Amino acid sequence: MGNSVIARRLGLLAVLALCVVLLVLVPYLPSYYVRVVDSILIYIILAVGLNLVVGYAGLLDLGFIAFYAVGAYAYALLASGQFDIHLPFIVVLFIGAAAGAIAGVLLGFPVLKLRGDYLAIVTLSFGEIIRIAINNADELTNGPQGIAGLDRANLFGLPLTSPVHFYWLLLVLTVIVCAGVYYMERSILGKAWRALREDQDVVRGLGINTTTLKLLAFALSAAIGGAGGVIFGSFQRFVSPESFTFQESLLVVLIIIIGGVGNIVGVIAGAVVLVILPEVLHFAAQYRLLIYGVVLVTVIVLRPGGLVSPRFNLGFIIRKVRTLWLSPSKT
Amino acid sequence: MFDYFLQQLIFALAIGAIYGLIALGYTMVYGVMRLINFAHGEFFMLGPYIYTFLFSGLVGLGGLAPVLDSAIAIVASFVIVGLLGVAIERFAYRPLRAYGRLAPMLSALGMSIVLQSAVRVTVGPQPVHFPAIVPSTPIDALGGMVTTVQLGILAAGVLLMVGLTLFVNGTRLGIWIRAASESWTTSSLLGIRVNRAVSLVFFIGPGLGAMAGIMYASYYGIMQPTMGSVIGLKAFTAAILGGIGSIPGAMLGGFLLGAIEVFGTAFLPILSFGYIGTEYRDVFAFAVLILVLLFKPAGLLGETVSEETTVAKKDY
Repeated sequence: MGNSVIARRLGLLAVLALCVVLLVLVPYLPSYYVRVVDSILIYIILAVGLNLVVGYAGLLDLGFIAFYAVGAYAYALLASGQFDIHLPFIVVLFIGAAAGAIAGVLLGFPVLKLRGDYLAIVTLSFGEIIRIAINNADELTNGPQGIAGLDRANLFGLPLTSPVHFYWLLLVLTVIVCAGVYYMERSILGKAWRALREDQDVVRGLGINTTTLKLLAFALSAAIGGAGGVIFGSFQRFVSPESFTFQESLLVVLIIIIGGVGNIVGVIAGAVVLVILPEVLHFAAQYRLLIYGVVLVTVIVLRPGGLVSPRFNLGFIIRKVRTLWLSPSKT
Repeated sequence: MFDYFLQQLIFALAIGAIYGLIALGYTMVYGVMRLINFAHGEFFMLGPYIYTFLFSGLVGLGGLAPVLDSAIAIVASFVIVGLLGVAIERFAYRPLRAYGRLAPMLSALGMSIVLQSAVRVTVGPQPVHFPAIVPSTPIDALGGMVTTVQLGILAAGVLLMVGLTLFVNGTRLGIWIRAASESWTTSSLLGIRVNRAVSLVFFIGPGLGAMAGIMYASYYGIMQPTMGSVIGLKAFTAAILGGIGSIPGAMLGGFLLGAIEVFGTAFLPILSFGYIGTEYRDVFAFAVLILVLLFKPAGLLGETVSEETTVAKKDY
């Protein structure tokens, strides 16, 4: 065991320790920054979910925010004074995920025979229809005014009231979702999705039912979107159709592309960049969106493959830790 | 009942012509580049703003006859928006050609944000009055009331569409465009400068979009920086409806979408006894689109070639 191994070990340890320290320090930040971090975590969950469809299965879904809306409105209807139903947060979380998955299957079943751009457009239309329907179903959703005064979330008796509480909840959920998706990516299912992305005809030729595969990807990602929506609803304690526009769907797609398609580390990087950028640009006042757009185009033109190279993924980090720390003799 | 129908028909045709002109831009760009140009709605929005700027500039400089001022401003806004389209293609889309199809699409999205916020920063987010090109006088046609503006929009729209058809089918430059959308590699092997065809498409498409914007603004007498978003999305569905990549398809799709929307919203409350109201107007476009794609994925006038040749084996 040479000195270099020890140095590299220490270096790696330092990086990991830094990450942990940063994550632990977040709750001590002023409330505004904690809210920004919460928002980043929500978008990481959404983007990791959408990445199943866009990054792994290679299907462009431009209406993803509809599932998020389904989850958020599930919480708004089942845990507020709207119909005086007050279900506990954790129950609604599962209901929201299930509702998202059902919506995903309902949409996916007829449209997944379509390919490429057609699929993209149909999902886009679906997202718009859901938003317009929410906007107009006044008796159920209060229309454009939205539903206010949602219940304070409560996790097994622990009230979730401040952004810091949500930070811990979101952190745990983000880790669970990322780990789940990572293992799914490495499973036989993930391999089938990747094959589907590269060449659907060969996959079909191998006797795999491509529609079922796509449907599975759709349902899983929609379930993650639905769960994200429930958390969003309980966090904001207010939902309105304004939050679920086409632009939101595009933001989630942008996070995936800016970070690096099909790469969880990339998605995290993309979410951090795209959520923090508008906050940093607050000083620019009315020029904010203009600068945001210019930065966006510049980043895409300069790094079309995404900010994070596909080699630098979660598997790479885990391997690094394993070889350096657990069995350094192999390096 | 008949006069009501006639009135709605003229309205449908006028709005359909506008959708059709925007859809042409989407379909031509898609034809040569297989790119959904999300920035296209912004060219539609830029049209009336640039027109107003030029027109008031001309009038401020003393100007000629008002008709001549408008005509010059209209032609100039076509050219300016067209050149802007060419420049955007050159700097934001061309460098990304080798990187699949997601990157250019998102670059287009970024451009859309840039253009929209640039206009918002310069003239403010509030809706602005659009100076009338043709005075709006109602005409009594077979019992129905039709305005000169509606007829003007319809005439201008049809004129532009006929002009484009003649251009694409009858000139050398038109052959470039058709060849490039047929097959990129084969046409470059045959000595066609594909990049020039692309630039040409990015000149004509945004130019037509700007014309549609001027028509739309003169119909409603108002313009605002966000006007391109929803209209752009709907015009895109019109392009899909007619068969994306097909030029006559885009025109047909535009008129059909206009008709579906206008008659759908006009008669649905009557048919459903007031249960489904006009607020579902925007749902029509998208619902029809989904149905068409499910039963006739190539669109109405799209070529019915096999799946494998229309779409690459990789989706995205």
